[in-house]
Amino acid sequence: MPVDLMPASADLIRLLPEIVLTLMGTLLMVLAAILRKRSSNAYGNLSIAALLAALGAAVYAYTRQGPAFGNMLVVDGLATFFRALVIVVGILTVLASYRFLRRQGAETGEYHALLLFSIAGQCLMAAANDLIVVFIGLEISSLASYVMVGYLRDDKRANEAALKYFLLGSFATAFFLYGVALVYGITGTINLSGVRAALTAPESCLQAGAGSVLCVQNWLAPWPIFLGVAAALLFVGLGFKVSAAPFQIWAPDVYQGAPSPVTAFLSTGPKAAAFAVFLRIFMSAFEPGGAAWEPLVWFSALASMTIGNFAALRQSNVKRMLAYSSIAHAGYVLVALTARSADGAAAVMFYLGAYAFMNIGAFAVVGHLAGKGERYQDIEDFGGLGQKQPLTAAMLTIFLLSLIGVPLTGGFFGKFYIFKAALESHLVWLTVLGLLNSAVAAYYYLRVLVMMYFREPSQAAIEAEPLRPGLRAALLVSAVATLFLGIFPNWVLDFSNKSAAMMK
Amino acid sequence: MNFLDQIWLIPLFPLLGAALMLFFGKLLDPQPVGQASGPAHHGQAEGLPHQTSLRKLIDFICPGMVLLSFVFSLGAIYQLRQLPGRVYQVIQFTWIAGLPFHMANGHLATFQADWGFLLDPLSSVMILVVTGVGFLIHVYSTGYMAHDNGYYRFFGYLNLFVFFMLMLVLANNYMLLFVGWEGVGLCSYLLIGFYFHKKSACDAGKKAFVVNRVGDAGFVLGMLLMMSVLGTVKFTDVNAILRSGQFPAETAGFGVLSAIAILMFFGATGKSAQVPLYVWLPDAMEGPTPVSALIHAATMVTAGVYMVARSAALFQLTPSASAVVAVVGAFTAILAATIALVQNDIKRVLAYSTVSQLGYMFLALGVGAYWVAIFHLFTHAFFKALLFLGSGSVIHAVGGEQDMRRMGALKNKIPITHWTMFAGSVAIAGIPGLAGFFSKDEILWQAYSSPLGSKALWFVGLATAGLTAFYMWRLMNLTFYGRSRVAPETEKHVHESPASMTVPLTLLAIGSVLAGWLGTPKLWNLGASFHKFETWLAPMFATGAAEPAGEAGHSASLEWMLMGLSVAVAIVGISIARYFYHNRPDIPDSLEKSFKPLHTLLYNKWYVDEIYDFLFVNGLGKGGGRVFGAFDRTVVDGGVNGAGWLTRFSSKVSIWWDTWIVDGAVRLTSFSVKLLSYPACLLETGRVQTYAFFVVAGLLAFFGYYIAR
Repeated sequence: MPVDLMPASADLIRLLPEIVLTLMGTLLMVLAAILRKRSSNAYGNLSIAALLAALGAAVYAYTRQGPAFGNMLVVDGLATFFRALVIVVGILTVLASYRFLRRQGAETGEYHALLLFSIAGQCLMAAANDLIVVFIGLEISSLASYVMVGYLRDDKRANEAALKYFLLGSFATAFFLYGVALVYGITGTINLSGVRAALTAPESCLQAGAGSVLCVQNWLAPWPIFLGVAAALLFVGLGFKVSAAPFQIWAPDVYQGAPSPVTAFLSTGPKAAAFAVFLRIFMSAFEPGGAAWEPLVWFSALASMTIGNFAALRQSNVKRMLAYSSIAHAGYVLVALTARSADGAAAVMFYLGAYAFMNIGAFAVVGHLAGKGERYQDIEDFGGLGQKQPLTAAMLTIFLLSLIGVPLTGGFFGKFYIFKAALESHLVWLTVLGLLNSAVAAYYYLRVLVMMYFREPSQAAIEAEPLRPGLRAALLVSAVATLFLGIFPNWVLDFSNKSAAMMK
Repeated sequence: MNFLDQIWLIPLFPLLGAALMLFFGKLLDPQPVGQASGPAHHGQAEGLPHQTSLRKLIDFICPGMVLLSFVFSLGAIYQLRQLPGRVYQVIQFTWIAGLPFHMANGHLATFQADWGFLLDPLSSVMILVVTGVGFLIHVYSTGYMAHDNGYYRFFGYLNLFVFFMLMLVLANNYMLLFVGWEGVGLCSYLLIGFYFHKKSACDAGKKAFVVNRVGDAGFVLGMLLMMSVLGTVKFTDVNAILRSGQFPAETAGFGVLSAIAILMFFGATGKSAQVPLYVWLPDAMEGPTPVSALIHAATMVTAGVYMVARSAALFQLTPSASAVVAVVGAFTAILAATIALVQNDIKRVLAYSTVSQLGYMFLALGVGAYWVAIFHLFTHAFFKALLFLGSGSVIHAVGGEQDMRRMGALKNKIPITHWTMFAGSVAIAGIPGLAGFFSKDEILWQAYSSPLGSKALWFVGLATAGLTAFYMWRLMNLTFYGRSRVAPETEKHVHESPASMTVPLTLLAIGSVLAGWLGTPKLWNLGASFHKFETWLAPMFATGAAEPAGEAGHSASLEWMLMGLSVAVAIVGISIARYFYHNRPDIPDSLEKSFKPLHTLLYNKWYVDEIYDFLFVNGLGKGGGRVFGAFDRTVVDGGVNGAGWLTRFSSKVSIWWDTWIVDGAVRLTSFSVKLLSYPACLLETGRVQTYAFFVVAGLLAFFGYYIAR
């Protein structure tokens, strides 16, 4: 069968966000070389423009839904939701980075170019409908973020974090590739629609793109153990990215060592994209074999919540505490995955949306307070922030309350929908343990609040400079979004419900 | 352009204005340093208007937003006329998603509230009043407030008020109506206390808020009861259920529907200043005069009337609740009118007059003449806004003086103000041809002839009409005619207000003259276009059942006679006022002396404030504490002492239990949490090799699970 190598225009439109991001990233690299200017706001402004254009492209692509490039990509509600989410995460990261980078004297073009590449990879992951495309997206996103972690070259902590992240990341991704190979061995295809078809009926054919028909066969249907092993291998790669136990162990070291805006990005962007892939693989392709992988996710959800929350109790470094909190939050999201229902999938999307805003906000405040060279990272350093910078403290309060899950914040509805979905799928034990966990979690978030409002100002709070416009915008947007999701959850929930129902 | 689809823009415009003012207004209107915000001395040479070119922007933005709303309202209503049912409902989005709950009858229902708008003849009248009169008052304010600090704050609040008021009247369910209801209450509080450094203004704002909150409690309870009985709070659903015959009319006694109706009406007495909760409105005159005109005369205080009319289907089924409404309305009307007879503060007279006129509206609602109540609301909005704005113009002219004993003979000095107020006073007094006559006379006729009405209600209404004519012309005579009593140094500065104030006055005066012709008496047989108001509103209040032949039972001659009587009463009232305060100014003083106790009683407003202070503020608040204290010492303490030994014994048991079991459990929990947190951290060695090992170990554990299974 002759293959037409020229992609159709519809295919290109559906890939438009990635195209825009890649081109602009390249342009930034070239500009940085031509201008020979080490430090400039212009790179950041350009990068915001690129992200806004990509956001537009993602929305535009949504008007032309459907598969692209021979069913290797698919643009649907899920893809668009996560594309938009990671792009917005990118915008907030850039806004929070302006002042941070200037303070470290490192406002270069590469930083923004790497960010754009990483986001391009995540967009690709969100839209991938083929395990190899998933892998490519994962690599694009990861390679860029490895460099970003070690971006402050002279910082020893950052260097160590980058190396650890790189070594362990490559290690975990290798497992993912093994998993892909095994899936191919079982079903004879790496296309996710094909995998689903093969697992549903041992022998079936389906329409793949224009004119070509894909026939798949499930050779190993009588031995579900291979499916479980394949799922486990894929889980290693993705679980690593979302920092789910037992593959969470890198997260505290890396989150602590990386520059704060990068940490904010790492804990939200790649995580959201990896969960998008999670949903695609486990809720769509592997959905027929649900009984095989559910125990894995169940275990991982519980372990992540427990390890994350209990370890966070003992941390004195705020970034490290937030790293453990991020592990715990991955656990909550896995609870929703365990539910194996459309409601669960919608809850995953809603939660990640809410989580992105509150976590970026929290890390942005941490980066703001840390000062030059990120000296102040201790919980003690938040003492008296409420007196010195009431606005900053108020916004951090909103983020922390949302992380706890207090009503009127997005975090509340996120947890509410997750545990509701879990209960509806009769996961009573997991729900009870999850709720106990979130009660434990309240303790370490509240500690920061107590510091801010009931202690004398610390050195860090006294030295902290006033909020700059970029950072102020990032914080305001995050705070407003957090509250908005807590008061009008339906707007986002309707979309995610619709997308979740369409997914199969 | 399809205005009906853009209906959401109508409240949005003023909200936008409010947001602009409250967030960025300070940039447009920088205040001079070291000068507190406060009422400037109007018309005096000091207090130069620090008008900047930026401040001019506020003059355009805020009234402009309301004007836009007005234009969109006109467009929407024009298109509404062409719809077959003349009802247009649009739901913007679900606000409170379905919450399942059990109704009183045991059925499972879903509670849902939408962010939806309902435009029908009733709400269309309301939005025209709110945006139309609201716009004129905004324009007036640009002149009136020109000397004040906090200009942007004033307009921000005013626009915010218009937004909430529009939400209130456009809402398609009680829940959303309540959002507007509370919102206008908030704005009223903010604006009464606009001169926040004046203690009396702050107290008045607080009083308004607290008294309103008492009423709101009733409204909320009514709403909850309605939810549990009917299962919905959406107007269209509520009406459909109530008119389906599922609930029989509670003619015999007092059932659950009557309870809902009474609770909701209690809410209305708070917002619309009726007995027993009217006491806040006169004090609310501490706010700037345009606020009194917009919020405390033309719009917010009519929210209760609107709400009861909106619940017509409910009140039509509950005659006993309707009777309560009628009696409370009539009582309020005459009580407030008697107080207005002797007040000397020009704004206070008008405030009591407003309470009294609102009483008329409730009287109409109570006797089942819903469209008449709305008609009076409509005409009252014109002439009362006019009278308030006129009084503002007078106060402006005499340098902030509000006491009528220090006015007089202002007729030729401020002619436009005089002639417009003249029109307003004739209108409210009920002289045929002007707005007030038509609506008030229809109320009196309905009170007499409706099956729910009675001769007693009619007579109270008639007496109130006479009192109204008297106190209004007392006000006119004291202010504009006779001998000047203005302080000499102020006399020199008396001047007519600027065009921004006189033009709205003129337009409102035209409205006061003409608005009534939309609802002329049927008796006059003037043709369809003069009954527009009734035909426009009637479908809203049709019960579906056959109309009781109320009017047929009375002859036309009787109606002519009653009409003549009410006109006669008005003319008598005006004449007596003219004679007392113009021809023989000595009579009022001698009357005051010979009827000293009665005058004191009226002047002190029947001592209602003092009684409330005694009963509630000191009584329940402080005295109640004493009563409960005595109860505590004798009854409770006796029981407590008797049970003391038992407690001591059981406390020993519980101490043991606490120490060993409860404390033990708590300590065990915190200990185990701590214990668990150690291994969680022990994993972190910081060595990459260990980490990689854990990854592999985790994977092998997964594999092991499949193999072992």
